Amino acid sequence: MSVRAVRIDAADNVAVVVADVEAGGRVRLDDESELTATQPVPRGNKVALTAIAPGEPVIRYGEEIGVAPADIAAGDHVHTHNMGGRK
Amino acid sequence: MSDEFTFDGWRRPDGRIGIRNHCLVLATVVCAAGVVREVGRRLADVVAVEHPHGCGRGGPDIGLQLKTLAGLVRNPNIGSAILVGLGCEPVSVGLLSAVIGETGKPLKGIVIQDAGGSGKTADQVEAMAREMLAELAAMPRSPGTAADLTLALECGGSDTFSGMTANPAVGKAVDRLVAMGGTAILSETTEMIGALGPLLRRAANDEIAAQLKKMVDEQEAVTRKILGDFADRALAPGNVESGLSTIAEKSLGCIAKGGSTPVREVLAYAQRPSKQGLVVMDTPGYDAESMTGMAAAGAQMIAFTTGRGSPAGFPAVPVVKVSSNSEIYGRMTGDIDVDAGRVLSGVTLDEVSEEILSLLLRVARGEKTKAEVNRQDVFAIAQTHQAL
Repeated sequence: MSVRAVRIDAADNVAVVVADVEAGGRVRLDDESELTATQPVPRGNKVALTAIAPGEPVIRYGEEIGVAPADIAAGDHVHTHNMGGRK
Repeated sequence: MSDEFTFDGWRRPDGRIGIRNHCLVLATVVCAAGVVREVGRRLADVVAVEHPHGCGRGGPDIGLQLKTLAGLVRNPNIGSAILVGLGCEPVSVGLLSAVIGETGKPLKGIVIQDAGGSGKTADQVEAMAREMLAELAAMPRSPGTAADLTLALECGGSDTFSGMTANPAVGKAVDRLVAMGGTAILSETTEMIGALGPLLRRAANDEIAAQLKKMVDEQEAVTRKILGDFADRALAPGNVESGLSTIAEKSLGCIAKGGSTPVREVLAYAQRPSKQGLVVMDTPGYDAESMTGMAAAGAQMIAFTTGRGSPAGFPAVPVVKVSSNSEIYGRMTGDIDVDAGRVLSGVTLDEVSEEILSLLLRVARGEKTKAEVNRQDVFAIAQTHQAL
């Protein structure tokens, strides 16, 4: 049983899950591709679709919504603990 | 739909049309709040508005108060008004009347210190209001179209779904309203921080682009001054709980309410639009102050999206509530008019936008929104300095 995640723009490297996902749970995009969540991702939160290196932008709506201060792996929960605004 | 988007409203002497015909009882100063509240308790049909201002501030803020209160009286949904002052305040009945100017609407004023105190003032205001309500009930209606409407856009209690469901659905309804000649006001400058790129691409010309950039850059500087290193998290706790991580993420969702047409004009707080189509107003992100600025500019209705669930309405201006998720709609059905959360379970944005547009038309034709039924009025004027 996978949980749907919504990617808004093809350039996005995160997607929003529409229900809670457990660590190890499967996440499904609308193009039917899937990935495994490495951590619990609560409903409405973002999951990384690709690895994001330190200093690289987190992209949603096709735009930068913040930067990663440290490595983010594909499947990681992305929120205030691992992304912030560009200072 | 443009042929069908017609309603019967009340044409004001300045040419604008109201979709409501309210009698406003307005305090010019905080000291008159008790009298205004008492009249509101006695007469359910008046719109009683009080606020913590009218005195104790410097020139720029007194100017903002005068401009905002005058704009509210001039709002086409107001058929007549009674100003209630104390007698020693800078925002006096006399000065506010002068700023309001000639409207052709019945306008009366009363000063508590001259009228013999609060009890006698409330009695006199009640008598005046009863007379005005009877006059308003007899006022004939005139036909209006989408081109007569100014729709204010607001979001409050956003979540990560807001930018995927409720805001773009409202944005599509705005595109259609604009195509029919209507006007929509996008505001909340704080919620444009980090979204300047897409906003500038929508500016109708270079001058508007420069105005938008200046407006958002200045708000970003103010936000950095107040919040320091936390400026990128200019978010409410509920926003963060829902999964929004930065102000940029919130902003990019927020501006989706404006749809996809060019930005035709940039307005100061409470300034009346001179162009039709999509316009942007410089207001705080704080909902109550933002709605007040747009109502003072003449908006006859407000489309308000919410993720966490806000019951807020506005005095005399119907607020249509659109939820970004079905869970909050289920929990607060008594407060929310449209559930855009169904977009997450297969309903299209076009279908929800159609539902929003048809509700806006019904509201223009007199149907009460849930916030109107619940009388969930909030009112707050943006200020720039602390009280003196």
